[in-house]
Amino acid sequence: MSITEQNLLRTPLYNAHVALNARMVPFGGWEMPVQYEGILTEYEHTRNGAAVFDISHMGEFIVEGDLKESSLDKIVTMRLDDLPVKSSRYGCICNEDGGVIDDCIIFRLEERKWFVVVNGATIDKDAAHFQKHLTDKAVFTNVSMDLGKIDIQGPQSRDALMHLVPEIKSLEYFKFDYFTLCDEENILISRTGYTGELGFEIFFPWDKTEKLWQKLLNNDTVKPAGLGARDILRLEAGYSLYGHELNDQLSPLESGLSRFVDLDKDFIGRDYLLKQRQEGLPQKIVGFISESRRSPRAEQKILSENEEEIGWVTSGCFSPQLGKGIGLGMVKTDFAKRDTKIFFGADKTKVPAIISSRIFYKSESIKS
Amino acid sequence: MEEVELVDHYLYTKDHEWVEIDGETATVGITEYAQASLGDITFIELPSIDDEVEQFGDFASVESVKAASDIFAPVSGSVAEVNTELEEEPGLINKSCYEKGWIAKIAIADIEEKNSLMTADEYQNFLVSSG
Repeated sequence: MSITEQNLLRTPLYNAHVALNARMVPFGGWEMPVQYEGILTEYEHTRNGAAVFDISHMGEFIVEGDLKESSLDKIVTMRLDDLPVKSSRYGCICNEDGGVIDDCIIFRLEERKWFVVVNGATIDKDAAHFQKHLTDKAVFTNVSMDLGKIDIQGPQSRDALMHLVPEIKSLEYFKFDYFTLCDEENILISRTGYTGELGFEIFFPWDKTEKLWQKLLNNDTVKPAGLGARDILRLEAGYSLYGHELNDQLSPLESGLSRFVDLDKDFIGRDYLLKQRQEGLPQKIVGFISESRRSPRAEQKILSENEEEIGWVTSGCFSPQLGKGIGLGMVKTDFAKRDTKIFFGADKTKVPAIISSRIFYKSESIKS
Repeated sequence: MEEVELVDHYLYTKDHEWVEIDGETATVGITEYAQASLGDITFIELPSIDDEVEQFGDFASVESVKAASDIFAPVSGSVAEVNTELEEEPGLINKSCYEKGWIAKIAIADIEEKNSLMTADEYQNFLVSSG
């Protein structure tokens, strides 16, 4: 599907964003807020307070059926048979060639009922893949346009959310439960996020999402944050973004997600990944830190110390935590070692940097 | 588009630089429109003292949370002074683009070049017509 400005999709919060003077931009086929007050202000607010993000563009599927009989287990790379009910797990959806169709989080709603959260830009592709590979023992429902989604993130997010849902207090990391929120019953709230901070993701009826947004913003400690801040937050935390660190040409092993791939179970793409593991990975995602405030940008080249081209930048930004540019990049395996000196840049510029851990920032709040 | 904040006695370029001409010295920065479009500025590459610059040639570059962008010299001349405070705190350009966020001072080579710059009124009209 080609997307033009005329047919961008809008979330249920579009009018609320416009009322807040947000700068709206196209993002994966959706018209989304990139910033309200300013990217760094919103970033700081998430790291120190609590911020709300409109994530309604994300897709949600429900799969009913036994894990194995439905073939759901074959569609995703992570182990699910030992996942307790009311828990969730991150993983990938691979094609036969081991490339990543999408990354996702799967929630076990019941013993035989699963909730799959996928990226907004890939909903149609993912739904087609699920429908193709699920057996007739599965009931598949795409509820993407029935559910809005608001993430509240930051060290003060729990206190802020407890004003509306006191019971949220005991929810643990990567667990979820159902709560009554803004007069709506059975609202799924999950303690997960994409910022590296303590946080919650709230799935809410699409046409009532604005009511929840306003209610959350009624609290003075809560401010809205856009995609610009979200990208810096996730990059500092070392999280992948589909289309950047992950795509259908790269394996999850190359993308550094092997701990979310269970090679002991049968799944689509496994043969290729086993072969790749045996033969050795040709390239790998690494983190790197600029020696200056100069920031890498996606698609710039990565050069070795001897100025040989060894890969490309998949994501980059200025890190407020480090006061330096940071990036993730795909480099030839021989160069994917900590403390290796590299350069990033386009033709004119060549900026020195050092390969590092991809986790640039660890918050105390996330598991608190 | 909305009126943006301007300084009346400065001159302006189509690339959204401002220049304050004081005798033979031109102080250069970027406009409110430019800083707002760039968003939070995180890095600036300043020219070196004594660099020879040409009118409308690139002489500095900035990076923001959104993009990298070149800055062009409003007049020809040699770089006499640079605002080194920006190296540690490039966000000064966002906070005070017309004063504390000045970028460099150029010793003007040809004062006639100012005729190809816009007055505040002309620049405001330019923003309206191009926005």
